[in-house]
Amino acid sequence: MSQTTLPPVEKTQPVSAPRGTISDRSRAERKLGWMLAGPAFVVMLLVTAYPIVQAVYYSLFNYRLTDPENRSFTGLSNYWVILTDGVWWQSILVTVIITVVTVAVELVLGFALALVMAKALSSIRPLVRAAILIPYAVITVVSAYAWAFAFRINTGFVNSWFAWLPGVSDTTDWFGGQATSLFVICLAEIWKTTPFISLLLLAGLAQVPEVLQEAAKVDGATWWQRMWRVTIPNMKAAIMVALLFRTLDAFRIFDSIFIMTAGANNTESVSFLAYRQTISRVEIGLGSAVSVLLFLSVVLIAFSFIKGFRVDLSQARGER
Amino acid sequence: MSTKEKTWWWVGGVLIVLYCLFPIAWIVSLSFKTTADLANQQFLPSAWTWENYSTILTGSASDLFLPALRNSFGICLIATFISCLLSMFAAYAIARLDFPGKKLILGTALAVAIFPVISIVTPLFNLWRQIGLYDTWPGLIIPYLSLTLPISIWTMSAFFREIPWEMEQAAQVDGATTWQAFRKVIVPLAAPGVFTTAIIAFFIAWNDFAYGISLTSTNAARPVPAALGLFSGASQFQDPTGAIAAAAVIVTIPVVVLVLLFQRRIVAGLTNGAVKG
Repeated sequence: MSQTTLPPVEKTQPVSAPRGTISDRSRAERKLGWMLAGPAFVVMLLVTAYPIVQAVYYSLFNYRLTDPENRSFTGLSNYWVILTDGVWWQSILVTVIITVVTVAVELVLGFALALVMAKALSSIRPLVRAAILIPYAVITVVSAYAWAFAFRINTGFVNSWFAWLPGVSDTTDWFGGQATSLFVICLAEIWKTTPFISLLLLAGLAQVPEVLQEAAKVDGATWWQRMWRVTIPNMKAAIMVALLFRTLDAFRIFDSIFIMTAGANNTESVSFLAYRQTISRVEIGLGSAVSVLLFLSVVLIAFSFIKGFRVDLSQARGER
Repeated sequence: MSTKEKTWWWVGGVLIVLYCLFPIAWIVSLSFKTTADLANQQFLPSAWTWENYSTILTGSASDLFLPALRNSFGICLIATFISCLLSMFAAYAIARLDFPGKKLILGTALAVAIFPVISIVTPLFNLWRQIGLYDTWPGLIIPYLSLTLPISIWTMSAFFREIPWEMEQAAQVDGATTWQAFRKVIVPLAAPGVFTTAIIAFFIAWNDFAYGISLTSTNAARPVPAALGLFSGASQFQDPTGAIAAAAVIVTIPVVVLVLLFQRRIVAGLTNGAVKG
């Protein structure tokens, strides 16, 4: 539903356009537009496009920082090394698991949060709104530490609190295995980013026309029917935007893994693998190749979202 | 709504607050534990102590923490300022002028926003070493722009679109000069949007860990999240848990203060930029 469209602002006379003749106006406006927006545009390209081109270049070399003399052009062999190595596929698997689990849970939980916030009484609403911004604003490293300390054997309270659950005891080592480590990592991610999703969904909820709800109610639709037939279809755009952004964000997971496990027990994500190759092992060539592959994965996800789910971002954002 | 229904929504609201604040309460509680208490397997300390705060503020970990705090504030504020300045012009052009590059600029901002940070880190790590930007403030400020600039452009153009620009003309018709019209009419209308954008950009810069850990090596530029990540590796204190918790609480204070003061605006900024645009 694109009912947010007020009449376009640019229809008003652009006062600050140069005082050229009317026929020159559009050209002058174009020039001014680029003059104003150009610097930001150029800076954005410089800080991303340039490094990625550089990464593509480095990735074609066997290049170790500690051994610069032996830098040699090896073509695509770095990619071959990576793609035939189990480590890469392991990190892809971990990243995909984390992405799918967190995004799915966040979407459901975020929707529930948004519903509560939409209905929350005005007396409690400012409190809820402030609280919900806290996980968003807290830095990821702090959140990762909070969750890691809560679950660690020597510092945590989780084991003693949940000892009544089967499989949990005073000596349960959450960070001792892959599955349990990933569980805690996912929990931390979900806690931190659900509020953001819920805010996006709340904004989407507000765009669902009240008339439709009332009409469905009069027609005798149950709460579930109204939810599935009226509310959700009408906020599809908001859901898709939230989904796309969170998926891409989750796929880049790095901070939490660094803090909580440092990649131990096969919990390495693709980002962490790239970091380890480049910074820890100073294998610039290999690390660059991993970075390029990570970049391509993100592009692929974004592309399939936009094509597959027909997310029209410009429409979703009320663009004209 | 019936009273019963009201009660349920109220309970839901309280649950959300608990959900959001629980891990924060835990890290605060942890920061007040004594070394002996850390392993007590309880949520609360049995005796409260400021020991951990003195470790990081005046004690053995202060060499690591205090410079990092200064670096973080400096680098994040400068990066926020630059990206707000650049996106102010860009957003004005996008909201106000009609030119064909608009979609390209917004699209680029979107692409940069979803760009995997680590993919930038690898080439910069090598490049910065060659040109001497490794472990310096500019060496972090420049890549931070890749984080702050896209969201600033989106958020600010969303705000600027809602400004009734024709009021500027109205003021001029009433006899104000161009400059007066701009200063007395447009600036007050645009300022909240710029301010909100700055807060959100600051949050994002403040949160960065990947650049901070990869592109610095000493106190010269290392920001707080990276310093926190290295606490565990430092050998000067036995169990860094309490010190990390205290440092975590300190770096959380600024964002909590910002959230409490400007919550309504931040929510508007986050959702405007992303959904309404």
